Amino acid sequence: MSEIIDKLSLYFSYPFVRYALIVGLLIALCSSLLGVTLVLKRFSFIGDGLSHVAFGAMSLAAVLPVIIKEIAAGISASGEVPEGVRGFADALSKANNNYIVLPITLLAAILLLRPGKNAKIKGDAAVAMISVGSLAIGYMLMNRFPTSSNISGDVCSTLFGSTSILTLKEDDVRLCLILAIAVMLIFILFYNKIFAVTFDESFSKATGIKADGYNLLIAVVTALIIVLAMNLVGSLLISALIIFPSLSAMRVFKSFRSVIICSAVISVICAGFGIIASILLSTPVGSTIVTADIIVFFIFCIIGKITKRA
Amino acid sequence: MNEQIICREAELGYENTTVASGIDFTVCEGDYLCILGENGSGKSTLIKTILGLKPVSSGSIEWKGLSPKEIGYLPQQTLVQRDFPASVSEIVLSGCLSKAGMRPFYSSELRQLARDNMERLGIADLSKRCYRELSGGQQQRVLLARALCATSRVLLLDEPVTGLDPKAQNDLYELIMELNKSGITVIMVSHDVNAAVRYASHILHIGSRRQLFFGTKEDYLESRIGQSFLITENGGEGEQATAPKKEESDAKAILAPAVTVATAAAASALITGIIKLGRKRK
Repeated sequence: MSEIIDKLSLYFSYPFVRYALIVGLLIALCSSLLGVTLVLKRFSFIGDGLSHVAFGAMSLAAVLPVIIKEIAAGISASGEVPEGVRGFADALSKANNNYIVLPITLLAAILLLRPGKNAKIKGDAAVAMISVGSLAIGYMLMNRFPTSSNISGDVCSTLFGSTSILTLKEDDVRLCLILAIAVMLIFILFYNKIFAVTFDESFSKATGIKADGYNLLIAVVTALIIVLAMNLVGSLLISALIIFPSLSAMRVFKSFRSVIICSAVISVICAGFGIIASILLSTPVGSTIVTADIIVFFIFCIIGKITKRA
Repeated sequence: MNEQIICREAELGYENTTVASGIDFTVCEGDYLCILGENGSGKSTLIKTILGLKPVSSGSIEWKGLSPKEIGYLPQQTLVQRDFPASVSEIVLSGCLSKAGMRPFYSSELRQLARDNMERLGIADLSKRCYRELSGGQQQRVLLARALCATSRVLLLDEPVTGLDPKAQNDLYELIMELNKSGITVIMVSHDVNAAVRYASHILHIGSRRQLFFGTKEDYLESRIGQSFLITENGGEGEQATAPKKEESDAKAILAPAVTVATAAAASALITGIIKLGRKRK
């Protein structure tokens, strides 16, 4: 036992491990808050689709400096990259990827959930198209303009987030903190409206509530959460982080408020447990957290069955 | 009587297609209007237009002394609601949302209003229960209580008894009747002609793409369209051919015996069937 404590205290003396824990818990809390609404509105796959868009955007952000340099080299007669362009490209590669990923994901979220049913391609087809498309383009960009020699390693870490949470800088933590507080504030202030729009859109519209506006708000907040969660679990496991805690809570609890509180608690506990377990067992962070979520889901399923019978 | 909704020569439809035209009716305070019509006749489009969710193509729908937002609306149940984890009090309270305005939380007066409405519909003891575990009739009462939170003047009900068993249907009709007697205007969309003529004060009948009838229930019973519709619903195929040929005034007289004959025939057939079945078993 003391061995474990020694190992943990050694790890927590490094700032990047502390950052990882803070960011991990914040992301888990935020993703579980909107998860309930998304699952109930039958938007479970929006999380998956947007995470693929975020993957595409992230690879675009990673290779953009390389592309700019290549194009500049192609245009200039000598084949040399002009000084100004080189400076711009270097500045771009140093900038935080989130500044490129966030706007692109937001745009995709608004496109997918935008009000109005007259779109030619609807619902699940649109989600599937955008998610598969951006996944393909992202992978192609990474292959065509490699930023490092280990392409499959890069792709793997972007998809599964295996190491990225341990490479967070103070800047990332600050951005994460601001976004997480914004998400929580929006959720608390609009809690009643989100409930009404989720439960019955036509009644809300009929009594003069701007349901389309709140749907847009939900889309924007979802995109925020996904960009946040990219750092923790990578784009493939984001859906799990959004869906599992809320589905577990729905097995047992019966009012909207208790479901949301319970899913937030489940999510934070699983994230904390998963991060510590991944340090001790040296497993990938994202998949350890999701495994913890899956175990909790089955436990709650059994509890739900027992309480229903009683 | 104060007029509340005046609809003049309204044409309903989507961008280029007309769903129904020549819709012309007036709803006064305290009326019980029943909107009848077949599937696809434009009933749901009419509701959306009355609620102000869609513009009228031509003609006008005018509101006297209230806005479309002051309507209590009971929509048809959606798939999402069937497994929704929410308590009864949360759902009823969500009806007060438009009154809460920009404030993020409900005031204590609105919470009291929600409690009063649950009391009024006899679901106060269910307030902590989960919505998805209630029976169909109880669920409709919850949604009705929510609609009452949004209004105290006009209720618009979209096929409220769909999917309920006969007892629950009757209970709900009686409840709506009581609400109407307490001074709330009721506009109900329905397939159920018998309930319509039993409870409603006015009938609006929409046929294929145009209005067939609007007037009081008494006039509807006398009218040709009302009679043919009622007899098709109640009797068999035999009566359908003969009834419209008769004089309008004695249609009611034919109606009663026709129903009796049909019921008796059905009952005797049933009894013979049971007896035959019993013999076979032996």
